[in-house]
Amino acid sequence: MSVFDEMGGLGGGGGVRACYQPLARWLAEAPAELLEARSRQAELYFRRMGITFSVYGAADSNERLIPFDVVPRIVSAPEWLALEAGLVQRVAAINLFLKDIYGRQECIRAGIVPADIVLTNPHFRPEMVGRRPPQDVWVHIAGVDLVRTAEDGFYVLEDNVRTPSGMSYMLENREMMMRLFPDLFSEYPVRPVETYTDMLLSALQSSAPSSATRDPCVVVLTPGPYNSAYYEHSFLADKLGVELVEGGDLYVNDGQVFMRTTEGPKKVDVIYRRVDDDFLDPLTFNPESALGVPGLMTAYQAGNVTLANAVGTGVADDKAVYTYMPEIIRFFTGEEPLLHNVPTWRCREPDALKEVLSRLDELVVKEVGGSGGYGMLIGPAATKAEIETFRKKLAADPAAFIAQPTLALSTAPTLCHGGLAGRHVDLRPFVLTGAKGVEVAPGGLTRVALNEGSLVVNSSQGGGTKDTWVLDA
Amino acid sequence: MLIRVEYSTRYDYERAPHFVVQVLRKTPRSCESQHVRRWAIESDVDARIRQSEDAFGNIVHTLYSEKPVDTMTISVFGEVDTSDTGGVLQGWPERQHALVYLRTTPLTAADEAIRDFASGFGGENGLEQLHALMNAINDRIGFDTGATGVSHTAEKAFALGRGVCQDHAHIFLAAARWLGVPSRYVSGHLRRSDGQVEQEAAHAWVEALVDGLGWVGFDPANGLCPDENYVRVASGLDYLGASPVRGSSYGGMGESMSVQLRVHSHPQSQHQQ
Amino acid sequence: MLARTAGSLFWIGRYVERADFLARILEAALRLSSIPSRDGPPDTAWRSAVNSAGMGGAFEAAGRTLNEQNVREYLAFSADNPSSIRSCITTARTNARSVRTALTVQLWEALNDAWNALGEQGEPQTRTGFAEFLGWVKSATLTVEGAASRTMLRNDAYWFLRLGAALERADNTARLLDVKYHLLLPEGEGVGGQLDYFQWTTLLREVSALTAYRWVYRDSVKAVNVADLLVMNRQMPRSLISCQASIVQYLECLATDYGRRGPAQRFASARMGKLEGGSIEAIFQSGLHEFIEDFLDENSRLADTISEQYLA
Repeated sequence: MSVFDEMGGLGGGGGVRACYQPLARWLAEAPAELLEARSRQAELYFRRMGITFSVYGAADSNERLIPFDVVPRIVSAPEWLALEAGLVQRVAAINLFLKDIYGRQECIRAGIVPADIVLTNPHFRPEMVGRRPPQDVWVHIAGVDLVRTAEDGFYVLEDNVRTPSGMSYMLENREMMMRLFPDLFSEYPVRPVETYTDMLLSALQSSAPSSATRDPCVVVLTPGPYNSAYYEHSFLADKLGVELVEGGDLYVNDGQVFMRTTEGPKKVDVIYRRVDDDFLDPLTFNPESALGVPGLMTAYQAGNVTLANAVGTGVADDKAVYTYMPEIIRFFTGEEPLLHNVPTWRCREPDALKEVLSRLDELVVKEVGGSGGYGMLIGPAATKAEIETFRKKLAADPAAFIAQPTLALSTAPTLCHGGLAGRHVDLRPFVLTGAKGVEVAPGGLTRVALNEGSLVVNSSQGGGTKDTWVLDA
Repeated sequence: MLIRVEYSTRYDYERAPHFVVQVLRKTPRSCESQHVRRWAIESDVDARIRQSEDAFGNIVHTLYSEKPVDTMTISVFGEVDTSDTGGVLQGWPERQHALVYLRTTPLTAADEAIRDFASGFGGENGLEQLHALMNAINDRIGFDTGATGVSHTAEKAFALGRGVCQDHAHIFLAAARWLGVPSRYVSGHLRRSDGQVEQEAAHAWVEALVDGLGWVGFDPANGLCPDENYVRVASGLDYLGASPVRGSSYGGMGESMSVQLRVHSHPQSQHQQ
Repeated sequence: MLARTAGSLFWIGRYVERADFLARILEAALRLSSIPSRDGPPDTAWRSAVNSAGMGGAFEAAGRTLNEQNVREYLAFSADNPSSIRSCITTARTNARSVRTALTVQLWEALNDAWNALGEQGEPQTRTGFAEFLGWVKSATLTVEGAASRTMLRNDAYWFLRLGAALERADNTARLLDVKYHLLLPEGEGVGGQLDYFQWTTLLREVSALTAYRWVYRDSVKAVNVADLLVMNRQMPRSLISCQASIVQYLECLATDYGRRGPAQRFASARMGKLEGGSIEAIFQSGLHEFIEDFLDENSRLADTISEQYLA
């Protein structure tokens, strides 16, 4: 299987791709120790700033750094234009899909998506049926994971439309690169990502309830300092210039949300929440939740507060629903999808199941409810025993699984011990939706699997990040 | 039958909370089997009470009290004309697709034991099988108010073999949904035919969707289908979705709750006066 | 500002002040215990350190034997002791992390650096190592204080931080004074005797005020002067009256910013008036211990009032 390299092209044989040429020249001239030295500098800075995350299930509660790779990933202007159009189309369709399944359910009646996949999906929220979030915006922030296998071969791997994370790394990585390699920026017309927070703020403000004042009060709701993405929550609140609140800072009175301040209660209009649906309101969802706001759903259902993202969006990025995304896009936009899904077998369909079972050693099998690289089988890398375990799981509950071919993710030059080497990467651009429409921040988070040959880019499992340069021309 | 319900819930706090918010599902709506003549809900403290409807069609009141209080009582009083429809529900606004009632919740998950038990009740004739399921649960799960708490799951109650009406209902739902029968939790009141007026708590039963009939009620705690002695108040996926009250308070300590509930038919109440 | 944020800032102020105070107490104990002493049982210096820190009861309840090693460990490093230096710095940093957006980068870095450094250095075994550690604590807390004073906007965030520090400092000074009351003089030792002198001197060392004492009073160490220095002297930044003046000042700043005075301002001003109207002679006449007890009680009521007005 030949791998596409972002710098060297397919199989690495075609010479340096045009958009990488200045970088390649620069790398060739830079003294060997320079990159190592800059890399150490970056780590020191990240640690001092406390840019850390905590790992689920790690025995020690130590805060870790996500490794940062100093070699940027470059996306040319034409490549980006194509991606951008595809992302806008896809997220617009997801918004319409959510509006429909919590409203008239036409796509279910038309047989576009099987009813049970939606209605018995754990991330479908019956509490939202018949509700419309302010301005009909469901997915304010999406982080769509793309992978690449060839020059024109971008695929959507996952639509993250619950509480996607990573935008702080997109912004910090750029900040870091501008500090470490100011000279490189004179070689490249890199589009700025710093506008992301302005775009986000205006998307959030524009989706405030119509009852809100002209200067709506926006807050970021975090589960608290022990959450793995807490640094990002505080970073974003700071950049947005809004309060970072915990559940206990908010309360609901007479259908309105207030925060407790030193000057008394202050009304809240928009909550950018980084708390999962199930923990948002102990009076509607998980009664044990101490992270939420009792009564929040009554204020939400009364249309007095905007939650970003809306409650119940998780059903749209579910792996089972994902397989229907091309049909969903066609149904709601009347257009052909610009971005492709990874070809996927739905194991609930008997023919697909049969094929999957016969090719387990070459496929990637994913649990429909799983996330973050957990609960999956990577056939080519699995032991016989692991494959047999999955075979049993599949036979017992086929509907809980999907399968995909093992993709040859593209590689990008990465600083490893002993110099530069190709490592597999993906790309997570951030797509924002406000009352005025959908837009994409010109950049994203490139995640890189630092271990040689590894295809798992998740930060919890040995992945690192790179700055992503989207070129202006 | 004219059924009269007097239902009051009193909260006492060792330290008064600054703020209380409660979501109440205590108000029935009219349908074919019941006509709500009058119904009132009030509190004895300075509180705002707002009415709305939830996504399952239940009438919801949300109560907010911002003044610290040592004690608070929520009182419900009402009269409902009921009739026997053979357990079949009609005229209730269905807000959800029926398949939603196949969803598993933490309280109604079916473990190995419940699945084994349920598998005896699959098959063609839905109504008959559901009656059999109801009776089997009624036989198998003894009534015991001390055995379980409100957060008890169907699995735990089934393993214990004892419980209250809520547990009977959860076990029924776990089994029926596993069999592929959409079913839901119903909370309400039961006029007891033995003349017992004072009750310790509201009642709970279930409804299951039967081909050709629609939603049919089953009361596995009593082994009966609901008749004119039942006042249907709210329904949801489990206890949490149809619970008479879900509340939260801020800043207080040492909350204790006591319930006074009287359910009786009208002529009887006249005798007493 | 969020009430929780204000609360976190207030407690950062308190914990950083407490860490500094503990380092000073331990430093004094280290110095005193290095001098061979005929003036009491061994470990007197360490007993006094525990008591001055206000942790006598907790230390005993933890079932520890009173000796140098245990006291050092308990006051400086113990994770079981929520007020050990390590716990203070860790809690301050945790609070800081939860209100990062209210802090300047420099203040956050100062706290985060202190916490990182704390994790990196182990528990020093030698006295020299321990002395270096205490020196580091003092300089780390100074850095935090300096970062706050140099970089923070003079707004409510700053006032809450300072308010916490002032309240904590008042608490510490008051408890320190009270310790002397509890150090009973052995029979035969008179007031003004050698041991008495020694104890008052120790107390001054603990707050780094021995030199200040000489400058202010130009006299040998006497109880009434020491008390005057630590209660009524406005030049002395740790005196109760100075701390109280700071408390009043920061509360008034808040009242001005928010355009509203409340119970906390009224309470603090009333107490300031009472302190200013008193004299050390009058305090000694009605009993220093009773005075201190009242002061500590009022301090905790003031903290409650502040909490109710702003932090709930």
